Amino acid sequence: MTTPLPANVDAVLALLEQHDYFADRRLATSVFLALKMGRPLFLEGEAGVGKTEIAKVLARALGRLLVRLQCYEGLDTASAVYEWNYPRQMIEIRLAEAQGKVDREALASNIFTERFLIRRPILQALERNNGFAPVLLIDELDRTDEPFEAYLLEVLAEYQVTIPELGAIKAIEPPIVVITSNRTREIHDAIKRRCLYHWVDFPSAQRELAIVRRKVPGADARLSREVVAFTQRLRAMDLFKSPGIAETLDWAEALVALDRLALDPETVANTLGALLKYQDDIGAITPQVATQLVAEARAEAEAVGTP
Amino acid sequence: MSASATRLFQRERLAENILHFCRVLRAAGLPVGPAKVIAALEAVETVGIEQREDFRAALESVLIERHDQQTLFAQAFELFWRNPRLIERMMELLLPKVYGRTPRTEAEAPLPARLAEALAPPRDADREACDQETTLDAAFTFSPREVLQSKDFESMTTAELAEVKAMIARLRLPLPELPIRRSMAANRGTEVDLRATLRAMASARGAVVPLAWRRRRRRPPPLVVLCDISGSMDRYARMLLFFLHAITNDRDRVHTLLFGTRLTNITRHLRRRDVDVALERVSAAVSDWAGGTRIGACLAEFNRRWSRRLLAQGAVVLLISDGLDSDVGHGLSAEMERLAKSCRRLIWLNPLLRYDRFEARPAGIRAMLPYVDDFLPVHNLESLKQVAAVFAQPRSLRRRAEMDFELGRRAA
Repeated sequence: MTTPLPANVDAVLALLEQHDYFADRRLATSVFLALKMGRPLFLEGEAGVGKTEIAKVLARALGRLLVRLQCYEGLDTASAVYEWNYPRQMIEIRLAEAQGKVDREALASNIFTERFLIRRPILQALERNNGFAPVLLIDELDRTDEPFEAYLLEVLAEYQVTIPELGAIKAIEPPIVVITSNRTREIHDAIKRRCLYHWVDFPSAQRELAIVRRKVPGADARLSREVVAFTQRLRAMDLFKSPGIAETLDWAEALVALDRLALDPETVANTLGALLKYQDDIGAITPQVATQLVAEARAEAEAVGTP
Repeated sequence: MSASATRLFQRERLAENILHFCRVLRAAGLPVGPAKVIAALEAVETVGIEQREDFRAALESVLIERHDQQTLFAQAFELFWRNPRLIERMMELLLPKVYGRTPRTEAEAPLPARLAEALAPPRDADREACDQETTLDAAFTFSPREVLQSKDFESMTTAELAEVKAMIARLRLPLPELPIRRSMAANRGTEVDLRATLRAMASARGAVVPLAWRRRRRRPPPLVVLCDISGSMDRYARMLLFFLHAITNDRDRVHTLLFGTRLTNITRHLRRRDVDVALERVSAAVSDWAGGTRIGACLAEFNRRWSRRLLAQGAVVLLISDGLDSDVGHGLSAEMERLAKSCRRLIWLNPLLRYDRFEARPAGIRAMLPYVDDFLPVHNLESLKQVAAVFAQPRSLRRRAEMDFELGRRAA
């Protein structure tokens, strides 16, 4: 089931929302342009703001296959692009030997064929799936090293991979590429230049509330409002790692699991580990601070709740 | 050689001028040897001197090798070929016989320091130390270099500083290389290279072939330098900036931040190859030269804004500071702890350590010392070299510098 590409920014917004992703207009514009211009989308932002999710939602919404490449240090072509199936090749050689067929040229051209090729994500992404190009998600590109980035330049420019034994493999239709980075180091300008750059920020209170209501339907309306108001206040504080949307959702789920209908300082203190992941940050939320934040969040939720 | 040398001297004024121009460039630090002088003459002969631009381009194409030499060449060219009075003066200056006779006049335009030095060599007593060509010749400057190495940056004359600058430019930091998750073909490797082996098998018609091997590559870790530029560090800061410029351009993955009362990332500015251009940009970018120090606040800012971006891949941190904090160590210890925990190795370079009776008295120093892995002096060339030596020696376990420091004190 494949959906045609959306025709304008509003259509992108609607399509994403239909698949439970509430994007702001800037992000929707970037996505629209990336689809329209056939350029990779480069998403940078804090952890847990929904960078990876956008690729998943796009694949789902457009009915494409999602090919995910999780980056790590030392990622090489053998695990990112292709590898030869060595055991099978070895057996093939032994078989040829047993049958007495040891024509050297034939053997070499025989074992380096597509039959023995293991396709890794990038090569998979160059192939059509059900007649459509897949969505290629290159996740956390900042975790790899510069040599892989340099390799990626060729792939992103030509949508082509060169295998010495087989020759160049070129995509009939370029995949939809989404690259994410947590900014643990700066990605080289040459990569960014080829992409549409978008900084994914924390959501506004209104958008976050919509996300919580959609993703944690079990949460009481008032609790959701309080949770969002509280998290938004935490983000305004001077924390080492501000909670992302993923943490807000975790926390809301935790509170639902504890059957809470409203926030209270004690529950907050007990469940803070779902929101904050650094001991210093948790230490900064003293009982007094927690009490004050809860009071403010409740007041705000109340104000919004009674229009 | 002798034929070309005679040819060289047979040329009249132009040839002489080009020769002197080349010597000026050489004195200013460009590697212009006799071969290049001859090439320059040939180039000028070929292009002619009718068009100033052509003439300039001809000289430039022959005499410079790298982009960063272009600025210096341009300045020297403008000075040399536009101002005849300056040429005469300089010719007098450069001819050994009239050496020292010429009064030192002020040039009309402010000269870049290197050019000014090249055009007017020092006239004072220590001329022997600086040979008439400022380029350092190992045979002639061996002993002065020895002297310079142990001399404090603070007590150096301008001439000595210039020489130290040249030496620093050649200083290299041998960071110990770390194994990375990439491999390369190697005869005595640790992993079997299946691909290469199979290819060999295929072409050996299925006969037994020796295994091909691969081993892990190694590369130096990223280096992050945090340098204090407050009032108490002012005198060292200039020399240290030359040092920072040298190590920033020596390899990739070096990041440099300056701090006094606020933190400034100057990596991009230092990437300029020409040291004068780089330092000009740095001084334009930094607003808190020689002011107070708020080490704690600056480290906090570093930890919050930069550490996750710069310290990700096992970075080594070089902290250059005297540890005299006007905030009196407020929150300093916690920030140091975080910094130490998020990097591979934390090395503190402190110019105060040159004093024999240095004691870790000030609150700032006491707060920082427990978290550093190495604690080293940095007040002269010798100490900069020591830093290089410490980098070269690998340490499997983090040893706390405070321990070394206390043990050393007790032993003394």
